[in-house]
Amino acid sequence: MTAMPVVEAAIPTKVSVRDLDFFYGQSRALKSISLPLYTHRVTAFIGPSGCGKSTLLRILNRMYDLYPRQRAEGEVLLDGENILDPGIDLNLLRSRVGMVFQKPTPFPMSIYDNIAFGIRLYEKLSRSELDGRVEAALRGAALWDEVRDKLNSSGLGLSGGQQQRLCIARTVAIQPEVILFDEPCSALDPISTAKIEELIDELSERYTIAIVTHNMQQAARVSDFTAFMYLGDLVEFGETNNLFTAPHNKKTQDYITGRFG
Amino acid sequence: MSLYSSRRRTNVIATTLCWTGTIFGLSWLVLILGALIYEGARGLSLAVFTEMTPPPGSTGGLLNAIAGSLVMTVIGVLLGTPLGMLAGTYMAEYGRYSKLTMIVRFINDILLSAPSIVVGLFVYTVVVARVGHFSGIAGALALAVLVVPVVVRTTEDMLLLVPSPLREAAAALGLPRSHMLMRVAYRAAKSGIVTGVLLAIARVSGETAPLLFTSLNNQFWSTDLNAPVSSLPVVIFQFALSPYKDWQQLAWTGALLVTVAVLLLSITARALSSQGKYK
Repeated sequence: MTAMPVVEAAIPTKVSVRDLDFFYGQSRALKSISLPLYTHRVTAFIGPSGCGKSTLLRILNRMYDLYPRQRAEGEVLLDGENILDPGIDLNLLRSRVGMVFQKPTPFPMSIYDNIAFGIRLYEKLSRSELDGRVEAALRGAALWDEVRDKLNSSGLGLSGGQQQRLCIARTVAIQPEVILFDEPCSALDPISTAKIEELIDELSERYTIAIVTHNMQQAARVSDFTAFMYLGDLVEFGETNNLFTAPHNKKTQDYITGRFG
Repeated sequence: MSLYSSRRRTNVIATTLCWTGTIFGLSWLVLILGALIYEGARGLSLAVFTEMTPPPGSTGGLLNAIAGSLVMTVIGVLLGTPLGMLAGTYMAEYGRYSKLTMIVRFINDILLSAPSIVVGLFVYTVVVARVGHFSGIAGALALAVLVVPVVVRTTEDMLLLVPSPLREAAAALGLPRSHMLMRVAYRAAKSGIVTGVLLAIARVSGETAPLLFTSLNNQFWSTDLNAPVSSLPVVIFQFALSPYKDWQQLAWTGALLVTVAVLLLSITARALSSQGKYK
């Protein structure tokens, strides 16, 4: 069922998912998924609710490990190293693979600390270096101009869209290699959504990105590659332009034309 | 139409019953508070706070009882709070899905509603009977045993209220669990946990039964926690039952002091929990 990608060989692969199965207790949520995430490209996971796209995303930083009775089988290679290996350092993995969530999740602290917090975990910096890094992260998330005068006020006081960009800044600040977006715009208004999409586009110059979205126009706008999933299967994977204009699979075509889902 | 009017009638009856019930309940509360303030305030004077409990027939105050209560409550809370917070943290964070947590939660609920006299007897058996005499330490221990279940419960409840996306967000930054707890979860749950501790203080500061078996009473100023220590509730108990008018007056005043203190703690707790909640 899985259609393997046909892509120019020139782009290196950052993450390689191979024969991945995932179980919630007894129920099998992912069935033999294989797909690549190409370096410095945006890959979108689309499909109807319950198809396993969020599950797949949450395997890439082992987020499922927080919960009992969930397990993954197969291989997920990050630069050739299997991250499903039980011996892997989870905190180190998550510092390399950052994540932005559906609902903005600022920590209950100041805007400055929301970002400095993560940096301090990994690096010992002087106050001025830290200031510079915080500013760079906020600029990187297109938030600096809006918050430069209130860095010490609580992150909870920002609007939803600003909070989401704060979360992106926080993720970028610790300099990951891969960033995972789990429906990052589904709680935001259209203007905030447009800003985040623009941001994702800019970020893809420096990071490898995977995004789960319910919004097909969004997938078409922001991604270079798209994976269409259905009931735990990867139905089709390919370059976004090809997949949306000339899908190989009947199900893909039905879904992107809005016939089901 | 008759359906409508019968519904109206039912509504009127139900509303009346609710009002009657509320007024009935509240009026007793008002009567008790009124009597307490009326009787207690008459005995209020500087001497209450500066002099020791007197022998019958002479003047005196409640200083040793107030001091004893304060010291034992503070020690009890200092012993019980960390223990309760650690247990509550284990239950909410590390052992959320484990069987042990379910067992501990069940036992904790029993402890939470256990009559405090049982706790007094327990500490009597374990400490007082072994050592051979009553002591302030034993009193503080009994109060600590009463503090623990309250703090366990509120810590667990408040940490469970911290939204899981926030936890995931912390984990996604590569935060070790201990960091997530100290820097994110406790911060988000802070006002709730503080409220729980205040309510625990309010609860133990009026306890008499556990102290009767442990710290007993002391008519004099004593800073020796290895000896019997006076406390407000026990003094109230002893003085109120006595036939002496001046003792009875001091008991009223002591009761007023305890009530006001508990009331202030409860109001503070209520104010804290209604503000600074994490959305």
